[in-house]
Amino acid sequence: MSSRDGALVRVTINGQLSEITTGMTIAAALVATGVRTTRTSVSGQPRGPLCGMGICQECRVTVDGRAHVLACQTLCRDGQTIETAGSR
Amino acid sequence: MTQHFDIVIAGAGPAGLSAARAAAKQGARVLVLDDNPLPGGQVWRQGPAHPPKAALSAALATLRECPSVTLWSSTRVVAALPQRGLLVESAEHDGGSLRYERLILATGARERLLPFTGWTLPGVTGAGGLQALIKGGTPVRDERIVIAGSGPLLMASLATAREAGARVLAVIEQASAAAVARFGLSLAATPSKLLQAVQLTRGFAGLRYWTGSMVREARGNGRVEEVVIRKGAREVTLACDRIACGYGLVPNVTLAQSLGCALDHRGAIAVDDTLCTSIDGVLAAGECTGIGGMELARVEGEIAGLMASGATREAGALRGQRARWQRFAARVESGFSLMEAVRTAPSDATLLCRCEDVTFGEVRRYSTWRDAKLHTRCGMGACQGRICGAAVQTCFGWDVAQPRPPFSPARIGTLMTVDVENGSCAG
Repeated sequence: MSSRDGALVRVTINGQLSEITTGMTIAAALVATGVRTTRTSVSGQPRGPLCGMGICQECRVTVDGRAHVLACQTLCRDGQTIETAGSR
Repeated sequence: MTQHFDIVIAGAGPAGLSAARAAAKQGARVLVLDDNPLPGGQVWRQGPAHPPKAALSAALATLRECPSVTLWSSTRVVAALPQRGLLVESAEHDGGSLRYERLILATGARERLLPFTGWTLPGVTGAGGLQALIKGGTPVRDERIVIAGSGPLLMASLATAREAGARVLAVIEQASAAAVARFGLSLAATPSKLLQAVQLTRGFAGLRYWTGSMVREARGNGRVEEVVIRKGAREVTLACDRIACGYGLVPNVTLAQSLGCALDHRGAIAVDDTLCTSIDGVLAAGECTGIGGMELARVEGEIAGLMASGATREAGALRGQRARWQRFAARVESGFSLMEAVRTAPSDATLLCRCEDVTFGEVRRYSTWRDAKLHTRCGMGACQGRICGAAVQTCFGWDVAQPRPPFSPARIGTLMTVDVENGSCAG
């Protein structure tokens, strides 16, 4: 279940290609690539992951064109395209 | 197409996995559902630098040898359907419905997250939330972190953050020094827990561990840069990168409530000695029946799995073990009960509902949760009030109303698979 050391997957985050350790969640990959904000609230505030376990919905991002995917409960896969709010 | 199982288990943490194993031994056809990408629940969460714990590996190895057990990860229960049915959605299996003879709820617990000024800034997480994020691979090396809130989970979070290379500046516990000391002494009655505590707090010297203290404010421009802590009568400000704050745990009871299961006075699923709920065919085990830790969850899972598959006598033999871990749970609960200052609502300008951006000031005008929801939309966003509902329960003592399906955001395609006439899958 855990990754072999050094194994990497390539994902595109807000248009930037990055290499990510296998087994990382999308929430982890965002921090690893310097992205702290996952979504913008209804009044325009930046938000990031809060509960870390799929409850609060603050970490929702768009993955391969599908909106509202929870970054904390989704593992990075090779070739994924991830977009956070405010990036477009 | 609707799939049929003898037993469906909601949750693949210690309780759910132990229920699956017990039921499979009796030959039942079992499906385990879990919303995380990997089994283990919160306490056994795996990740790139966190290989499965021995107990989890052993549980999974046993289940792999049972051809009658199926595990669906990344799967959410979206709604309860009539005639012992569930509507589920998953990345791999899309939307679909299931039928069960017996359902075991092993839905665990979530953190009680209480609002404070600035708690919506990126970098503020739960205490257990930080631990979960780190296990998922979130890098925190050299980050300055303040861990706050209440209970033994703060120590577990401290250990995980330190192991990942973070600089934990302080641990802020709301309970008084006397209460914490009493709890520490009471651990002598449960030596394995005392050992665990010693291991978690190794290197405790030099760490600021402030009791009777709480986080008042997070400050920063677009992310956390400072935390304001109330320490006795003083306020202390520390520069930091993250604030991990959680006030203990609350049972996850959405599915149980939707099925009509009665709750107990603590808001957990009410169960009898055999872990049956008030609804025929529905059992519950682990922290959704009351916060009690991993050991209690495992025993309860086993009892529920045995009961659900008809092994009543074997289940009865485990009653003593359950009682022992229940006594430990009671000591944790009394040691870390929330002080008045924590239960007091923060300033009117503080956001209560993060989904709909509703402040405490807007909500305070109403006398019930229902009124507040109807007038302000608080609790009606994507999280369906799971975060702000627990906060108003703590701060205003409000009864948080029945959940409505879908329990979490679901795709239209999933909802359309339901045949409204007979509550089963249309396809």
